[in-house]
Amino acid sequence: MSAESINMHEEDHEHHHKETFITKYVFSQDHKMIAKQYLITGLFMGIIGIAMSLLFRLQLAWPEKPFGIFDLLLGKWAPDGVMDPNVYLALVTIHGTIMVFFVLTAGLSGTFSNLLIPLQIGARDMASGLLNMISFWLFFLSCVLMISSLFVEAGPAAAGWTVYPPLSALPQAQPGSGVGMTLWLVSMAVFIASSLLGSLNYVVTVINLRTKGMTMSRLPLTVWAFFVTAIIGIVSFPVLLSAALLLIMDRSFGTSFFLSDIFIQGEVLHYQGGSPVLYEHLFWFLGHPEVYIVLLPALGITSEVLATNARKPIFGYRAMVASILAIAFLSTIVWGHHMFISGMNPFLGSVFTFTTLLIAIPSAVKAFNYITTLWKGNLQLNPAMLFSIGLVSTFISGGLTGIILGDSTLDINVHDTYFVVAHFHLVMGISALYGLFAGVYHWFPKMFRRMMNKNLGYIHFWVTAICAYGVFFPMHFIGMAGLPRRYYTNTNFPYFDDLANINVVITVFALIAGVAQLVFLYNFIYSMFYGKKTEQNPWRSNTLEWTAPIEHFHGNWHGKIPHVHRWAYDYSKPGYKEDFVPQNIPLKKGEEELQH
Amino acid sequence: MTVFLTLLILTLISVSIWQVSKILELSQPKTESTEVADDNDNETQGKLMFAFLIFIYILTIFSFWKWGDVLLPEAASEHGSEYDSLMWVTFSVIFFVQTITQALLHYFGYKYRGIKGQKALFYSDNDRLEAVWTIIPTIVLAVLILYGLYTWNDIMFVEENEDALVVELYAQQFNWKVRYGGEDNVLGDANVRFLQDFDGKNLVGIDVTDPNGLDDIVVQELHLPVGKEIQFKMRSQDVLHSAFMPHFRAQMNCVPGMITEFAFTPIKTTEQMRMEPDVISKVRKINEIREFKSKKLIAQGEEALEPYVFDYLLLCNKICGASHYNMQIKIIVETENEFNKWIKSQQTFSQFIQ
Repeated sequence: MSAESINMHEEDHEHHHKETFITKYVFSQDHKMIAKQYLITGLFMGIIGIAMSLLFRLQLAWPEKPFGIFDLLLGKWAPDGVMDPNVYLALVTIHGTIMVFFVLTAGLSGTFSNLLIPLQIGARDMASGLLNMISFWLFFLSCVLMISSLFVEAGPAAAGWTVYPPLSALPQAQPGSGVGMTLWLVSMAVFIASSLLGSLNYVVTVINLRTKGMTMSRLPLTVWAFFVTAIIGIVSFPVLLSAALLLIMDRSFGTSFFLSDIFIQGEVLHYQGGSPVLYEHLFWFLGHPEVYIVLLPALGITSEVLATNARKPIFGYRAMVASILAIAFLSTIVWGHHMFISGMNPFLGSVFTFTTLLIAIPSAVKAFNYITTLWKGNLQLNPAMLFSIGLVSTFISGGLTGIILGDSTLDINVHDTYFVVAHFHLVMGISALYGLFAGVYHWFPKMFRRMMNKNLGYIHFWVTAICAYGVFFPMHFIGMAGLPRRYYTNTNFPYFDDLANINVVITVFALIAGVAQLVFLYNFIYSMFYGKKTEQNPWRSNTLEWTAPIEHFHGNWHGKIPHVHRWAYDYSKPGYKEDFVPQNIPLKKGEEELQH
Repeated sequence: MTVFLTLLILTLISVSIWQVSKILELSQPKTESTEVADDNDNETQGKLMFAFLIFIYILTIFSFWKWGDVLLPEAASEHGSEYDSLMWVTFSVIFFVQTITQALLHYFGYKYRGIKGQKALFYSDNDRLEAVWTIIPTIVLAVLILYGLYTWNDIMFVEENEDALVVELYAQQFNWKVRYGGEDNVLGDANVRFLQDFDGKNLVGIDVTDPNGLDDIVVQELHLPVGKEIQFKMRSQDVLHSAFMPHFRAQMNCVPGMITEFAFTPIKTTEQMRMEPDVISKVRKINEIREFKSKKLIAQGEEALEPYVFDYLLLCNKICGASHYNMQIKIIVETENEFNKWIKSQQTFSQFIQ
């Protein structure tokens, strides 16, 4: 049954078509099940991605020391337990790819867009359940391809997550640029197809399937964020697809889109007239919006979680929506700030400096609005709330250093150093992860009908929060000292010897943070089966998903879909006894709806 | 064995965390066992929020105290001081905003921790307030943008300068070659197609039909005369590299198939730089570490490490393959006389291929 026809008869409507195990748990078209599939696949990829980072952190802190764990996990790639430099680069590359695309794009956006868009706008399912299902399985396929690349003879892709040619194009340049890179590119192509199908579905659903009364100006900020994220994805992902296809052509069919005048391993290659700078433009045309594809959903989740737990309306709803739109627009015209010193015309650099620093304005508005939302609230410090506050904190710390990196002049000396690593890990890595965690803690009851243990949640948050700063704060220092990123070791020549102890500090924090994630994992799995059963609206929230029954069935609501009479943020509204007024409660006589 | 022990320890840690949480759970009053934060939780977590603010400040102060000396090594180029002042201005703005906003965020988290039955203030909008924090960042950023672009134009637009020395940096997996223009200070045309000429002695692929190239000098070390503008032309023969010279606040990618440019004027010779107090203390620090390592090496019957002396470095800063981490050469900045003496002693291209 398609979602359109479900929505058409709003009347009392139960589904009696038979569901087998396969249609319910595997090839499900129900958005709630698909959300859970995304979440669990994303978490699984997350475990791999984080584990990889711990491996290369060990190498960085104690360079060229043998570790039993390398022997066990890397086998022939770590002779006598010492990590090979090629493997180091491969780990860095796959860690980046997995975390950015598989965990923070698909795992975060895929999970919560799917779960929340229909539930929060009052729809029985996505516009197309079938496309949604295909989207997930394409994502699954791309995960399988990416993981299978770890097992090929010469190792996985190792050219950095940006896979700049010629390094990524020439198997002679490094072992990872052989079959491993082919698998990487194919996996990404499939991933992009998945992401596009998903995004189109989200956009169509938000535009067409809102319940009666759910005007755009009453949409919860989560939905706004998912909606705009999907649009950015539709605009920019196809460009990455074309970059990947052209790179595949250069690699396999002898074209010269990105290659020219190359001499490698004693041989002049035939490539003429291409330019790697073209690839950089194409890559970053997605690559930069990608940052916001990762971050906006996390900010959307934060808006919802902060308002609910502060028991206060989100401050400046209109400004929040406007800043999401401004960020989305600007995000597509700032990609050149990754290329200030790529050989691009310096004048172009000035233009990109200008547009890039403009993005700081809507970002600042968002940060200030979040802080004001807390002011004079009645904060319910649930784990989700802690992660949301944590997000605002890392968003500020990481975002501010963007002012240095976005300034073409200052970029000259910190470009591609650990300063960059610190910046983007805080502002998009950690912030988006916090958004993911906040979302999981907050909507776990909606997804699994049980609550997660709050004490484990608290332990998880505080250990993670301390370690996140412990890892990334010192990185600014070694970056400003001039230490380049993607170095297998920095003790090969004495100049950076005085930074070695900072690296040890970073790694120790990283290892502790890794252990803290096990607490989360344990809590997640345990609570799924044995957690305390939830009430229908445990956080006393206003949005529509909490008006749906606890048990899951295709169609979300028994009987009629609730109608919407107000925005999502009537918390602690004067004139009401309770400190929340769900969106489906009609306005009282004479009650004014906020003009927002 | 180590793996087994590690796994065992991790398991034990998770078990103990689970136990602790069980105890916490059991020690709470039975009646209202809930997974939603109650007043007790709000109290504890709010205080932790405040403690976290202190943690951030302590971490910041500690890092600056302990590692502040590694930030931005002493500048040795003419535009270096311009770069540095822009950096410190931007840095102080960032620092100020960071300190204030983190304080507000975490303090509010502590101050307004929830109490059952209390109601929050219904406060959803204030146009004036929002205008303030839109306009102030806009002004601050406008200043930073203008200041930045002014410096950028100064640094990046390489102007014709007859007195400037032209130097080619030639990158390949995994080392650097340097080419000087010779007597005429003009680099001859070059292309990777010529690399195999003269039994591979044409190290950077100079085109012999271009007379400008015959007196070019190709060497494996980078010598620069102090006080003279150096106009770099960068090339790469295989993959992307990046010529990064942190002391000169200079960096530019080397792109196969095209020539990129960067120019700066070194203002301190290597010798002068070695006398800078900051550099002296860095060298002392590094040598302490090396002595410590040497003791270990000697105990193992190996040779001790040589003491470290400061040198400028040219580093590769774009991932380029397995030995990316080891693609660096010394830069020797010397007086013009010393430089001229040195360059005269080098073979020109035409002499070399003979």
